Parts: sequence; C-alpha cells; structure tokens
Amino acid sequence: MESILLSLSGGLLEAFQPLNLLMIVIGCVVGLFIGAMPGLGSVNGVAILLPITFLVPPNAAIMFLAAIYYGAMYGGAISSITLGIPGASTAVATVFDGRPLAIAGKADQALTAAAIASFVGGTVSVVLFTLFAPPLADFALRFGPPEEFALMVLAFATFIGLGGDDIPKTIFSILIGLVLATIGLDIISGRPRLIFFDISGFMHGINFLVLAIGIYGIGEMLWTLEQTEGNVIVHKVNMSWRAFLTNLGHVKYYIKTTILGSILGYFVGTLPAAGATPASLMSYGLAKTFSKDPESFGKGNVAGVAAPEAANNAASTGSMLPMITLGIPGSPTTAILLGGMIIWGLRPGPLLFTEHPDFVWGLIGSLYVANAFTVLINLAFIPLFVRVLTMPFTVLAPIIFVLCVVGGYAPSQTMHDVWLMLLFGVAGYLLRKLNYPVAPAVLAIVLGPLAEQSFRQSLLGSQGEVWIFFERPISATCIAIAAALVLYPVLRGLRKPAKAQA
Amino acid sequence: MSIARRGMLALVGALGIGAVAASAPGVAQAWEPQKPVEFVIMAGQGGGADKMARLMQTVIEKNGWSSKPLTPINKPGGSGAEALVHLKTKGGSDPDHTIMVTLNSFYTTPLRQPGLGVDIATFTPIARMAEDTFLLWVHKDSGITNIEEFVVAAKEAGNDWVMAGTGKLQEDQLLTDFLNAAYGLNMKYVPYKGGGKVAKQLAGQHANSTVNNPSEQEGFYASGDTVPLAAFTPDRLELFPDAPTFRELGQDFVYFMQRSVVGAPGMSDEAAAYYRELFQKVYESEDWQAYRKKKSLYGDFLSDQALMDYWMTEREIHKAMLSEMGAL
Repeated sequence: MESILLSLSGGLLEAFQPLNLLMIVIGCVVGLFIGAMPGLGSVNGVAILLPITFLVPPNAAIMFLAAIYYGAMYGGAISSITLGIPGASTAVATVFDGRPLAIAGKADQALTAAAIASFVGGTVSVVLFTLFAPPLADFALRFGPPEEFALMVLAFATFIGLGGDDIPKTIFSILIGLVLATIGLDIISGRPRLIFFDISGFMHGINFLVLAIGIYGIGEMLWTLEQTEGNVIVHKVNMSWRAFLTNLGHVKYYIKTTILGSILGYFVGTLPAAGATPASLMSYGLAKTFSKDPESFGKGNVAGVAAPEAANNAASTGSMLPMITLGIPGSPTTAILLGGMIIWGLRPGPLLFTEHPDFVWGLIGSLYVANAFTVLINLAFIPLFVRVLTMPFTVLAPIIFVLCVVGGYAPSQTMHDVWLMLLFGVAGYLLRKLNYPVAPAVLAIVLGPLAEQSFRQSLLGSQGEVWIFFERPISATCIAIAAALVLYPVLRGLRKPAKAQA
Repeated sequence: MSIARRGMLALVGALGIGAVAASAPGVAQAWEPQKPVEFVIMAGQGGGADKMARLMQTVIEKNGWSSKPLTPINKPGGSGAEALVHLKTKGGSDPDHTIMVTLNSFYTTPLRQPGLGVDIATFTPIARMAEDTFLLWVHKDSGITNIEEFVVAAKEAGNDWVMAGTGKLQEDQLLTDFLNAAYGLNMKYVPYKGGGKVAKQLAGQHANSTVNNPSEQEGFYASGDTVPLAAFTPDRLELFPDAPTFRELGQDFVYFMQRSVVGAPGMSDEAAAYYRELFQKVYESEDWQAYRKKKSLYGDFLSDQALMDYWMTEREIHKAMLSEMGAL
C-alpha cells in the first residue's frame, strides 16, 4: 500500500511537470471537442493526433493521448444531449434521457449531470486502477469465450425493461438489431452474410454508429419537424449561478446510480472484449432496473444521463488496464495507443510496470489530473453548449442534418454508410410513429456480434457441450445474475399488482 | 526554452493549424501527389499489419518525406475483400492516390472469392517492407517444452486440443492444417478476430496452442507465461534462440507473412516510381531497420517486377495449400 502511494505521488509529480501539464490540458480541450463532433470519436482523434506526439517525449505523448481519450468521453455527451446526435458510440445511451431533458428545457441539468457523473466515473475507476491493477489483469485473463458470452447474456438481461410496456414490440426491435448485426463477414466460418445486391460496402458490416446517428439524429429531426409543423420553436435556457448551484444539488438524485455505473464501467472496460459502449448501455439498463421510478427513464430522468456517462468514463480508464498489463487493447482507441507505445520503444505487457514504472505511474497520475481539468472545463463551457438550443429549430435542423451526414461518413469514409444512415433515419422515424422502441435495436447491434462470436467459440472448444457456460465459476455467476435480473421486475410486478394493472 | 518550444509546436499541431508534413527539400520529383494519399490497411486496428502501417506513416511524416499527408483507413471486412474491391474501384477513378498495406490474405481472399473479380496481377507492386515470422506457442503451465511433448499431448487430447488463430482459412489455419497433417494430429481450430486476441486466449489458457507472430506474443513470453516450441522460419530467430526451426525437426516447412505496399491497378508509372522511392526511404530509415531487428523480421526490400514475381509465386503456393484443404 505504501509503495503504491509512493509511486502514485511520483506519478502525480510527473503529471505536474510544465510540459506534461500543458499537454494534458490541451488534450482535454481537444478531446472534448472531438468527442462532441458526431463521427469524430476518440478513435479518430487519437489516430489523427498520434503523429504529433513524436514531437514530445513518450511520457508527455501518452498523457496527451490519454487526455484526448478522456476528454472525448465527456464530449460525447454534449451533442447527445443538445442535438440528440450521439457524438460518439459511447454516448448513445446518453441520448435516451439526455435529449428528452433538453427538449423539456433542462439541457443544463443534463449537461451538469453528465459532467459530474463522468468525473465520478473517472475518479472511481482511476482509484480502482491504482489499487488493483495487477490482480485485475489476472482476472481479465481468466475471461475466455464462455465468460464473455455469459457477460453478454448479463448485458441483454439488464435491458429487459428498456423497451417499455410493449414486450412483443421490444422483442421485434431486438431481433431487427440482431439481424443487422449479422451482416458482413462471419469470422468463424469466413463467409460473407447478407451482402445485399453484392454491394461491397456491406462486407464490413453495419457500423453501429451509422445506425445510431440515423435513428437518433435524422429520425429525431424528422419527428420534431412533424410535431412542430415547421413552427419556430426556441427552447428556454436558464443560465444563472443559482441554476448552476441547484443543478449541482441534484447530485443526490443520481449519486447512487453514478457510483454503481462507475464500478460496473471500470470492470467491463478492463475486459479485452468489451469496452466503453457495452459498459454504458449496461449501466443504463441497470439504473433503470433498480430505479424507484423506471417509467420515467427514456422520458427525461437525470439518472438516465448519469448512469451511462459514469460508466463510459470509467470504462475508458478500465480499458487501459489490459493495454498496459497484458499488451491487449480493451477498446479500438487503446489499440491505437498501443501502436504508439510500440513506436516509442516501450513494450506493453506484463513487465511494463516493472520495466518502466515512471511511464506507467506518470500515466496514472495524469489520469487524476486530466479528470479534474476536464470536469472544470466542461462545467465552464455548459452555458456555451446550451446556447445551441436557443436557436430556432428551422436553423438547427439543417445543422443537425449536416452533422449527421458528416458523422455517418467519417468512420469508414464511404458514401455507402451515408445512404444507410439516411435509410435508418427514415426507418427510425417510422418505427417511432408506430410506437416501436428503438433502443433495444441499438443494444442488439452492439452486443449481438460479441455474443454470437463468443457463443460459437465456446461451443467449438467444448465440442458443442452447452454445460460449459454453467461449469465455469465466472460464467455461471454472470448467468445467475442475469436470471435474477430478468426475474426481478417480474417479482416486483407481482408484489405490486395494483400498480401493474394501472 | 526548448521544452516550452516543443510544447508550442505540439499545441500548434494539436489544434490542426500547422500541417505536420513539411515539403521535403532535395531531389526534384517528377511526380508529386496532388492531394492526400489514401493509405488503406487491409486489416483491423491494432493488429500486426495496422501497427506496421502506422509506423510507416509515422516515419514518413516525421521526416517530412511527403508533401501531402497519408491518411490511414482500415478496411478489414471480408478477410480483406472489402479493401481489395475498394482498391480495384479506385483504379478506375483515381489510381494515383490510393495505396494499401497488405498481407497474405492478398493471395487467399481473391482465390477463395472469385466473385470479387479481383486479379492481383493487375495491381501495382510498390514495395515489400518485410516478412513477418510465425512460431508455435503453448502455455508454460502445460509443462510442454518441446515439439515431441507437444505431439504426445495433442494426440492424446485429439479433437479437444484447441488451436486459436486469426480468421478462417487464413494464415493461422494453414499452419494448423500443416501441423495436423505432419504429425497426425486432429487439433480443433477456433478463429478469433485478431492476433492480439489470439495471444490472450493462450495466456488465459482458453486455448492449448497458437501460431502467433513474435510481436503478438512477446509480452507474455517476456513474463514467462508462454513458451515458443518451434519456428516456421529457415533459421532460428534471434529473439527466441531456444526454439528450433521445423526444418531442424525434419519438417521442410517455412511460412512467412508478407508486409507489403501495393498500389491501385492502373497507377501511372510516374506515380508508381514516386511511391517506390518513398517506401525505399522508409525501408532504409533507422526507425524501420530498428523495428525489423527488434521483431526479428525477415524479407528484404522488393519492388516493381521482382515484387510481382514474388506475388505470383506465393499465389501458386497458397492455391496449392488451399486446394489441399478443400477450400477452393
């Protein structure tokens, strides 16, 4: 314990070196904006700026990139809340409640909750990182295909209640998502699946951000245009100090959710397969399941903003753990960081902690510093962000449209994805008119491929024996918790039959 | 202050105000790119091919060797099918500004999917930068230290012996098939999405063996978790002096992974000459040579017709291997 504190203080000192501190602050600001731009996520940001880091020593470089990664996790929430377009894949769940809050004129509340939850998520996870890095690395290694599959079952279970009251429509939505998820090359058989009209763009599958931007960005825009019938709507925005302090006071409504989401997010982030997007979705699902008022989720509950935001920041720190201790990236962004570390002459892996302690502890120290800076910068910018909403919707709609097209194009840089995004937008609008929940489809397209692969890899290894999921302690535990989660709302419903009838 | 200055440089760069690539002084080029060059990577982010591509890009940008930036784009879909089709399409519209980092699926994917209409003989050979190596790996807790013990254990386990590898009917499975045939084994091949994931399966003992590249396993090797048993190379690797080659073990089998740069079909001779010279500079750079040495990479620089001849030979070899597996 003492040696950890000693190393940590060394790392913090390192992070406070003038050059390093400067890089962290710049990284946070750049990350915040990269995250806020739809289509530009932390992956692109880190990839684009990687060459720049060769101008500074490796310590400053990794701090810079980690700060971008970190800032982007905060930034993703901004466009999710103000525009209803997920700024990054990790911020999709933030749209669920963030957008309704903004429409209700409470964007400042939602943004404050997102910033605070991100801060808590980041802090909790970096503390966990500091204390338990080596044992958790061992634990992450014990996750083979059966454990991964069980975790995915658990993730689906957290979403049982997500669709609202209409169970058949929820199942339909999940199935649509699962079908879309199978498009592309099947890695187990090596064969292409559902390549419509032999269009080569389907080979790389459906990028889930394309679906999310289509449904939430374009679909939402069409919906709003229809609702207002072209009337100019301007949201009222409250931006006084008093409002700010009141918003801070709201922490009490979501602090429990936030801490739960932080721990969950960190844990899911450390698993090489998962990453921040599944973590944020799971956290949202859990928050809803255990809420006293689950019906208000999806209609503008601040806890629904705090839960995914806490989890995605926690997961971004968590995913650095397998990168550093095992040399295996926990997310696409850390994959690029890993590439950078190799070029800097470091060898990520089990020995990095002992071979380059100054580097590792400097990075950990910088996470504490980046976290503090980002929350301050973010809170300071909230008045600027909410100003977006004071624009008339007739001005805002074209901006949203352009951002959606850019966001659809950027990840793969093909027009194919832009057409798909527009198609999903129209489909999403129609589904919404017919009262279908779309969040389950988004969940299914994220988790579907992970679940399918790990399921088939498990069965290949076990000669088709399904018991493999129940024999292994970790996977059996996950499945048991999943079963409990499925039964929990049912039992709660039985206990309150009167309310269920209403 | 030099530190402050470097910080400022980074600041300017970070804000995207200053382009990193400065125009290179020196020899006048007959042809220069007119716009950013698309640098397609035929594999996913974080894999071996991706890491090397980003290293090449970094070397070029660091030295300011290109007046226009190279923008890396990953197209891993369909074992590289998506990337190959993309390059072919670009050949029709803008062949001079599209190049690609490629690997052995360059041969196998068009062979297995003739419907793509891709003929690699029409592509423009730029440069072979290296050949990566393969080794057979097991976990140290298996207690296996040499190939004889491996064969005994794998034979006993039969089809329960899990070999994890990257993709279906790609390099790792070709090697697994070779081992099965050469030693009368019946190992079960389970595909994963990338070399890093495969390496982790072995470290976590979710697989019994793998045929990873050195760069994918070296972390676990250094910590003593995994053991290389034998190398698919002509000579022992400097990194793993205790692992004999399959040749020493009486199996005449050598297999490499090409790390090459290819241009779109129909690229003009001037543009091809420009890229060849550019990548020759990368190849000769200190960074690249150091990386080659550190990762025990094989394969000298090849270019132009020599590279095309190499591709045609390799394509025939892979065709034979695939038809033996019944995959064609």
